[in-house]
Amino acid sequence: MATRHSRAAARMMMAPAVVLLLGWMLVPLTMTLWFSFRRYLPMRGGDLGWAGFDNYVRFVTSSTFWPSIQATLIIVGGVLVVTVVLGVLLALLLDQPLWGQGIVRILVIAPFFVMPTVSALVWKNMFMDPVNGLFAHLWRFFGAEPVAWMSEASLQSIIMIVSWQWLPFATLILLTAIQSLDREQLEAAEMDGAGPLSRFAHIILPHLSRAVTVVILIQTIFLLSVFAEIFVTTQGSFGTRTLTYLIYQRVLESQNVGLGSAGGVYAIILANIVAIFLMRIVGKNLDA
Amino acid sequence: MHFRNAACAAAALSLFAAGGAMAETLTIATVNNGDMIRMQGLTADFTAKTGHEVEWVILEENVLRQRVTTDISTKGGQFDIMTIGMYETPIWARNGWLVALDDLSPDYDVDDLLPAIRNGLSLDGTLYAAPFYGESSMIMYRTDLMEAAGLTMPEAPSWDFVAEAARKMTDRENGVYGICLRGKAGWGENMAFLTAMSNSFGARWFDMEWRPQFDTPQWKKTLTFYLDLMNEAGPPGASSNGFNENLSLFQQGKCGMWIDATVAASFVTNPKESTVHDKVGFALAPDAGLGKRSNWLWAWALAIPTGTKKEAAARQFIEWATSKAYLELVAAKEGWPNVPPGTRASLYANPEYAKVPFAEMTLKSINSADPLNPTVDPVPYVGVQFVAIPEFAGIATEVGQEFSAALAGQQTAEEALAKAQALTEDAMEAAGYR
Amino acid sequence: MARAHAPARKALTTALAWTAGLLIFFPILWTVLTSFKTEAEAIADPPLFLFFDWTLENYAVVQERSDYMRFLWNSTIIAGGSTLLGVLIAVPAAWSMAFVPSKRTKDILLWMLSTKMLPAVGVLYPIYLIFIELGLLDTRVGLTVVVMLINLPIIVWMLYTYFREIPGEILEAARMDGADLRSEILHVLAPMALPGIASTVLLNVILAWNEAFWTLNLTAVDAAPLTAFIASYSSPEGLFFAKLSAASTMAIAPILILGWFSQKQLVRGLTFGAVK
Repeated sequence: MATRHSRAAARMMMAPAVVLLLGWMLVPLTMTLWFSFRRYLPMRGGDLGWAGFDNYVRFVTSSTFWPSIQATLIIVGGVLVVTVVLGVLLALLLDQPLWGQGIVRILVIAPFFVMPTVSALVWKNMFMDPVNGLFAHLWRFFGAEPVAWMSEASLQSIIMIVSWQWLPFATLILLTAIQSLDREQLEAAEMDGAGPLSRFAHIILPHLSRAVTVVILIQTIFLLSVFAEIFVTTQGSFGTRTLTYLIYQRVLESQNVGLGSAGGVYAIILANIVAIFLMRIVGKNLDA
Repeated sequence: MHFRNAACAAAALSLFAAGGAMAETLTIATVNNGDMIRMQGLTADFTAKTGHEVEWVILEENVLRQRVTTDISTKGGQFDIMTIGMYETPIWARNGWLVALDDLSPDYDVDDLLPAIRNGLSLDGTLYAAPFYGESSMIMYRTDLMEAAGLTMPEAPSWDFVAEAARKMTDRENGVYGICLRGKAGWGENMAFLTAMSNSFGARWFDMEWRPQFDTPQWKKTLTFYLDLMNEAGPPGASSNGFNENLSLFQQGKCGMWIDATVAASFVTNPKESTVHDKVGFALAPDAGLGKRSNWLWAWALAIPTGTKKEAAARQFIEWATSKAYLELVAAKEGWPNVPPGTRASLYANPEYAKVPFAEMTLKSINSADPLNPTVDPVPYVGVQFVAIPEFAGIATEVGQEFSAALAGQQTAEEALAKAQALTEDAMEAAGYR
Repeated sequence: MARAHAPARKALTTALAWTAGLLIFFPILWTVLTSFKTEAEAIADPPLFLFFDWTLENYAVVQERSDYMRFLWNSTIIAGGSTLLGVLIAVPAAWSMAFVPSKRTKDILLWMLSTKMLPAVGVLYPIYLIFIELGLLDTRVGLTVVVMLINLPIIVWMLYTYFREIPGEILEAARMDGADLRSEILHVLAPMALPGIASTVLLNVILAWNEAFWTLNLTAVDAAPLTAFIASYSSPEGLFFAKLSAASTMAIAPILILGWFSQKQLVRGLTFGAVK
């Protein structure tokens, strides 16, 4: 179907996006690579010369490196599990006939519109503050000692805040997928005596697999670089220092751009490992 | 009265003359603290006197620091005036990033600045940033709770007395905690407090060979004393409490004692904000009998980055905002307790200001801090609650996170100190000290 | 059989769904309510829900301190401009990927997505230096371009998945009728693609509006959007819950209202090819 003419036209049309993204990626990437091999300390006068692989070695051998990878994976994994599980349940619920469906849907998608800084500030102060927060009031009402969320349950708190922001997205995609389900197939299964659980496991869940992978892919892209939520709440303490946050500390707090740049290169490598891994799964689904 | 008005007019005139006829628009980056927000509110006075307009960029402290540091180290030139602290000033000045504030106008009376503050903002005797307000730290305590505990606060208490009082004042049933101290990780949060505290226990960050000292008994004593005290008499979730959190706790009457910045005194005695405004007493920060007290020294100051095209106008602004006349302007509008404290000797000589309950103790605290000799044993660095080297902020924030985790009960004091020692050694090696 | 239980079941699911919806929405509601309280009421224990002295004081204080309209205008320009620019660039790219796929199409698409994973803070210094060179610091143009580039991969991918679901036969038919490329796009493709484009636009406006790293670090005054506005109200000295709530409400209200009004359009195309 595609003639040579239309192929050429297609390439022309693709060119602006490709060239722009190539520039967007290559220019900073080249600069990051360059800086990662330099002793670049802005506070000590800037670029102080060649550093070889020192920055790379130092970044990985630092006692903070592996914990930061672990924190990153826990946060990304935790948010994915919470949003997918709750998203499926919510989507199933919203798919049922109910009164005021439109309003409920508006309520459910609202957190998606809230900027991450605002949501982190609101959760941290107005809900999770151990003295004045709403949770503290609630805990005291039931006679319990208030929880110091940000220190005692730091990772869980961040997972909760980020999940709250991404749950609407997961729910919407999953809901659309459920609504496209063949009703007759479900009814036939019901006739055959399949219970709700077995219908869910054998018909609904397989049907949702594609939507779930899409949710996982898109969210992972955003979650790997979660920053504002940590910056506003724990500032990386109590085991919440992700790789992104560690790089931030190296670049801006320690003012060691070379070291931070080496960290940036590692982060890109990690992102690409995750990406390739995800693309394998999603790629299949994209072809299907 | 007449004389003062005439002086103001003369000052205004000379400011105007110095600026020439060109009206500029200055971009000023500052932190969202109460005194700065008040300054923003008084911009009209500056514009009326000089003709220059001001654009304010007011940011939360961490965001501000990130923003101005990026800009100055890349020579971005986004700001004509930056609000920086005592830590940044000598480092940035050494890099040639700040305009020297010499030949200030005679009306400005630079010799009126408190010597401790002025020295902290100078490099090799030249002033590089003008203090907007200065602070030390002191004990703020509830006189009613102290009395109920059957104790009397001396003017210069020891750590042992503070610990005893804190335990007696604690009443968890009623949500009253004997002592509120900073626990939130950060070089300007818990580490400011703990570094100052460690000075009184005879500890130090580095020895004369720049070897980190977290493996010494003095640091162990400092940290265990702090942890024990907070566990027995501190509020819940103290490991997330910084200045702001503790301020609001104290204002709500939930703290028996609070050792923190002297500027907090005007907030806790402000009837509009504080439920305990008439029951607050002040004392010097505690010591451990080794000759050093645990108070720090800090100033928020206004500095001009080199390369700005509006240097003349920026100087005018700095002279306006840190002048005697500005203090009088604030006093006239908001009352003497609300003027930015801790910068000028003349303010403390003013009989009007002497009536302010915390004035005397603030001055004593500031004068007793010595950034050049902060510790019991000699050190190769300058700074009371910080070490004025570029690497310090990064290192201290990470050390602060370890100490904060120890306060949250996630590790022992020994573990926290061992990690602090390791990561400091690592960072100092990376910076080329050893 | 199931029919007999229908009303009871509907009542049950309604109750469940409303509970879930209200729980999820509660933090926003609480923020809005708190913005009308005094600082003392904002931390009252037990918490006050509706019976307090409603006041607009916080909004007045926030407005006096910061010129809200300027931040709002910058946010609008940056979110709108970057979306417009992004869609203009992405539509042709996505169209050609969807209808004239080559062996490398998928690789290019995956590569585009992977650029999204570059950690922003790692390239802060490089980008800042480039911006100084080009004189783009604190300009709306510079920021619009950066935000557009950040979201471009998502736009391209979303459009691509949507275009792919448009049956190729329709295009074949149009070509048989002698339609050239332009009319093919204008008269055949556009009407079918419009819902997908609409929801892509909406999603991108949301993402651009909420982008908080570059919009904060590359601006000072002239181009500072609402993310910078918020940064001056987070953890100041003293009590601040009520003022923070007022500032938060002002920052999220425009996009929340836009989102609610256009949620049907947003949902219709927000599938990323998840629905077969």
